[in-house]
Amino acid sequence: MDKDRIDGNIELNTDQVIDGNIELNTDQVIDRVIDRNIDQDIDQDIDQLIDRIIDNYHGQASALLQILLDIQSVNNWLPGKALARISEKLEVPLSRIQHIVTFYKAFSLVPKGRHKLHICVGTACHVRGATRILDTVEQATGIKSGETDLDLKFSLETVNCLGCCALGPVMEVDGKVHAKMSPIKTSKVLKTYG
Amino acid sequence: MSEIQFEIDGRQVKAVKGMTILGAARNEDIFIPTLCHHEELEPFGGCRLCIVELEVKGWTKLVVSCVYPVEKNIIVRTRSKKIDRIRKTIIELLMAHAPFAPDLMVLAKEYGADGDRYEKDPSFCIHCGLCVRYCDEVTGKNAVGFVDRGINKEISFIPEIAQKECDDCKKCFPLCPTSYLQAAFVLTKALAFAPSQPVLSEPESFKKKVTGE
Repeated sequence: MDKDRIDGNIELNTDQVIDGNIELNTDQVIDRVIDRNIDQDIDQDIDQLIDRIIDNYHGQASALLQILLDIQSVNNWLPGKALARISEKLEVPLSRIQHIVTFYKAFSLVPKGRHKLHICVGTACHVRGATRILDTVEQATGIKSGETDLDLKFSLETVNCLGCCALGPVMEVDGKVHAKMSPIKTSKVLKTYG
Repeated sequence: MSEIQFEIDGRQVKAVKGMTILGAARNEDIFIPTLCHHEELEPFGGCRLCIVELEVKGWTKLVVSCVYPVEKNIIVRTRSKKIDRIRKTIIELLMAHAPFAPDLMVLAKEYGADGDRYEKDPSFCIHCGLCVRYCDEVTGKNAVGFVDRGINKEISFIPEIAQKECDDCKKCFPLCPTSYLQAAFVLTKALAFAPSQPVLSEPESFKKKVTGE
C-alpha cells in the first residue's frame, strides 16, 4: 500500500467519522434519511480499508494483532463494525477479538482525537509542576484525562514517565516531546495544533 | 503408550504419558478440589485450588495438578499442612469476590476458611473461565468471552451472538459456580439485545389510564 493512499484515507475517514459522531452526540432531530446515508458511507469506507489491510496479510488469522494495530493507526480507533468485519473475514470469534482489543492499551474502542496529548505526571515531572500543566491543558481543551473532545481534535492522557526526567515537566503531542513546560508555553504549543 | 508409575498420597498409581496429575488422581478416586476443571475442556489452571505438593528426588515443590503432566517416580501429596493453608487462602480470596457461592462455602467449611478475612469486592465472578471455554470448545458459539485485564477482567456476552444462540443453548449456565453468568446474561439481554418487536406493548391498565377509559 503506498503512502499517499493511506494518507488520503485518513482524511476521508476522520472527516466522516466526525460527521457520524456529531450526529450521535447532539440532539438527533436532523433528517433521518441523511443520517442513514452518512452511516452507509462510513460503513463502506471502513470495510474497504479493512479489506485492504487484511489482504496485506493474506487474510491470515495469525496476523490478527497486526491487522488491528494497522487499523488503529490509520483510523485512530476501532469501531464495533470494524471488529465484526475482521471477525467475519479472518474467521476469528468476535469474543476473542474483544478479549484482545480490551487487553492491550494500544487499542481504543472509543473515538480518539487526531492529536494525542500525553502529559507526564511521573515523580520528577510532578515535583516540577506537572499538575499545573495538566490543569492548563484541561482548561484549554475542555477535556479531562482519558477523554476526547467533540471535534475529535485532542485526546488527553496522563502517563507516568516518558524517560526524560531532566526535561520535565514534559508534554508529548503526537510523539513529539515538548520539554520544560510552563502553563504559558503549554497554551502556545496547543495553539499550533489545529 | 508407555505407562508411568508414581505415588499419590502413599498409593502406587499408574498413568499414561500425557495425563495430568489431576486426571490420574481422578482415575484412582483420589479427590482433589477444583473449580475451573471440566472433563470436556482443555486444562486451564485458573482457580489454583488443585495445587499439590510434589516430591522429586527429595526436593519438594508446589504445582497445579490440573495442568502438570505425570512423571515417573514422583511423589504427590494432595493434603498437607502447607497445601491446606494455601487452599484456605485461595478460598478466602475467592470469597471476597463471591461470598455466597455454594461450592466455595462447602470448601470453606472443609478448609476452615474465613469468608470475611479480606475486604469484600463482590464481582461475583471467580474467573474460572468455564463458561467462556465451554462456549468456545464444546458448543463452538463463542457467545461469551473475557474482556479487559487484571483486576478489571470480566466475562462479557457478545449481544449479537448471544441473541441468536443463547436462548436455545444455555449449556454453560449450570457450570457457573457462582450464578454470576446467569446474571450477566440477563443483564446483556435487558441492555443490549435488539428489541424483538418495534413497539413495546403496554399493560392494559396503563392504556386505560392514558385514554381515560
